Amino acid sequence: MSADRFKILTGNDLLTGDVTWWTGSGWSTAVNDAAPLTDDGAAIITAEERAQRVVSAYVIDATRDAQGIRPAHIKDRVRALGPTVRLDLSHRPHDPAATAWIA
Amino acid sequence: MYQYDTHDQAMVDARVAEFSDQVARRLSGALAEDQFRPLRLKNGLYLQLHAYMLRVAVPYGTLNARQMRMLGDIADKYDRGYGHFTTRQNIQYNWIKLEDAPAILADLASVGMHAIQTSGNCIRNTTADHFAGAAADEVADPRPYAELLRQWSTFHPEFDYLPRKFKVAIIGSDVDRAAMKLHDIGIQVVTNAAGEEGLRIHVGGGMGRTPMIAPVIRDWLSPLQMVSYLEACLRVYNRYGRRDNKYKARIKILVHEIGAEEYRRQVEQEFAHILTLGLEPPPAELARIKAQFADPAFDRAAPVAIDLSDPDFALWVDQNVHAHKVQGYGIVTISLKPTGGIPGDASADQIRLMADLARDFSFDELRVTHAQNIVLPHVKRTDLHAIWQRLDEAGLATPNLDLIGDIIACPGLDYCSLANARSIPLAQKISARFADVERQRDLGELKLKISGCINACGHHHAGHIGILGVDRKGVENYQLLFGGSEGADTSLGSIIGPGFSEDGIVDAIERATQVYVAQRTDGERFLDTYRRIGTAPFKDAIYG
Repeated sequence: MSADRFKILTGNDLLTGDVTWWTGSGWSTAVNDAAPLTDDGAAIITAEERAQRVVSAYVIDATRDAQGIRPAHIKDRVRALGPTVRLDLSHRPHDPAATAWIA
Repeated sequence: MYQYDTHDQAMVDARVAEFSDQVARRLSGALAEDQFRPLRLKNGLYLQLHAYMLRVAVPYGTLNARQMRMLGDIADKYDRGYGHFTTRQNIQYNWIKLEDAPAILADLASVGMHAIQTSGNCIRNTTADHFAGAAADEVADPRPYAELLRQWSTFHPEFDYLPRKFKVAIIGSDVDRAAMKLHDIGIQVVTNAAGEEGLRIHVGGGMGRTPMIAPVIRDWLSPLQMVSYLEACLRVYNRYGRRDNKYKARIKILVHEIGAEEYRRQVEQEFAHILTLGLEPPPAELARIKAQFADPAFDRAAPVAIDLSDPDFALWVDQNVHAHKVQGYGIVTISLKPTGGIPGDASADQIRLMADLARDFSFDELRVTHAQNIVLPHVKRTDLHAIWQRLDEAGLATPNLDLIGDIIACPGLDYCSLANARSIPLAQKISARFADVERQRDLGELKLKISGCINACGHHHAGHIGILGVDRKGVENYQLLFGGSEGADTSLGSIIGPGFSEDGIVDAIERATQVYVAQRTDGERFLDTYRRIGTAPFKDAIYG
């Protein structure tokens, strides 16, 4: 694994289903708010799921680039952005480079 | 079409009340996600990449204008203004909030709809020929049997936890418009020399990881014994289907492993036993159902000739209107595949427009097709121009039915948590590359189907040209298949060589069509030419 990789935590909001990212103290829908994990991800997941704040949470690899935090796997990048075929519904609706960020 | 009786309505109303309570308990913390997940899935509520997704059932793809309008209203009220029609003749909403799900089910129930049998290892919604009851080539109307199957299969306690999901398709014509042989059970309504209706039963087909064409298990079955026979088919599967390995759990694996002969023997043995139990509905019940599918009040004197002087209208009529069994009528297929668009998506306004057109021009009836289009089954030819004008204004008059632009594509990695690669952007690029309708028509019937993973929701095995998206070390890659068909000449496509990038596969398809154009003989479709000349000329052109 590359040295600049780190772990972040993601899941879905229980009520809305929105993709959320663990900020270290709560959850955000913006991947750039994600905080590199310093604690045990499994323990956070257990506590947060029990507190009814998140579902289907899991730990992923990520890197940091000029645009911010970049999930290592394409599936998580799509989750971070939104559907590439409906950028109007994505987190970057006015960014023509958003789709290129996925690949 | 079938109208709910008090029993049907009571069942869906009770389901709404039950699910409302389950959601409330989830939100209160009384139910953990592990406990709640199977309950929400039983009501069509998945958790996908971006949000909850609700899959709404459209049994055998048939619905009325009021129901269609409700689908549009739900898209506006609870989602983001659009819905996605699927290859299972259903509709999905991509942006549902958990707390809204009970209210959506209540709205659906108010028009006799639900999300039952859209998930889980049960008998899923029966699919059917989308031209049923209308096609000129139809031998017998399969819808009464589809409705009987709905009533038999819904909440069937013995088959609620099968080894895997179970899909049934039914047709009533030699022209298979439902991929019937690629289902767990495929049923064809046939007639004998005396004009009596019977059922031909295929068992053990499917796509997915291990595609198989279903063999005939019963060549002739009295329709009044359909429920008992399917009960026997399912009972043998439920008894011996594998539960230790989900990839080997579908009935096709069982039929393949023990052989069609042995499976047939066991089914016949079980069938003989079940017949002694008197499970069949009384003939009067089938007659009651059949009566609800009686022809509407067709105008038998409706003229056939219409003004086709507008070339765009004439093109649309030629491509998207099929022969109806009654002179003076046509079957309209509304393409949900605009050039460069998202296959199967329709906005709330478009959905409501189609509902209005059905109400005003098609005896209040619509069909969802497994090719992700919408059908108005009974349209007077003299009304075609008015319909076309309204569709055209709404961006729904693309004349590309069964052409290369009429692409089936699953939601893929843009929405689906199971996908390995995106399907929709590929469909959009191919659609744009072949945007010229005259070029599409010159290429003729060419069914192109894209799946974003091996589960094959985009039916790639059955495409004349099929595309399968895979994950190659974290990068999307696309495999190309040729030679599949879902029609009466059902066949499974074969991968022709190494995979491609997104742009590479669009070029590869272009080169394949050039080979076809150079090699075809009169009247040959792409598929026919491929079957005649084989893979080599295509591989040479593509991989050079």
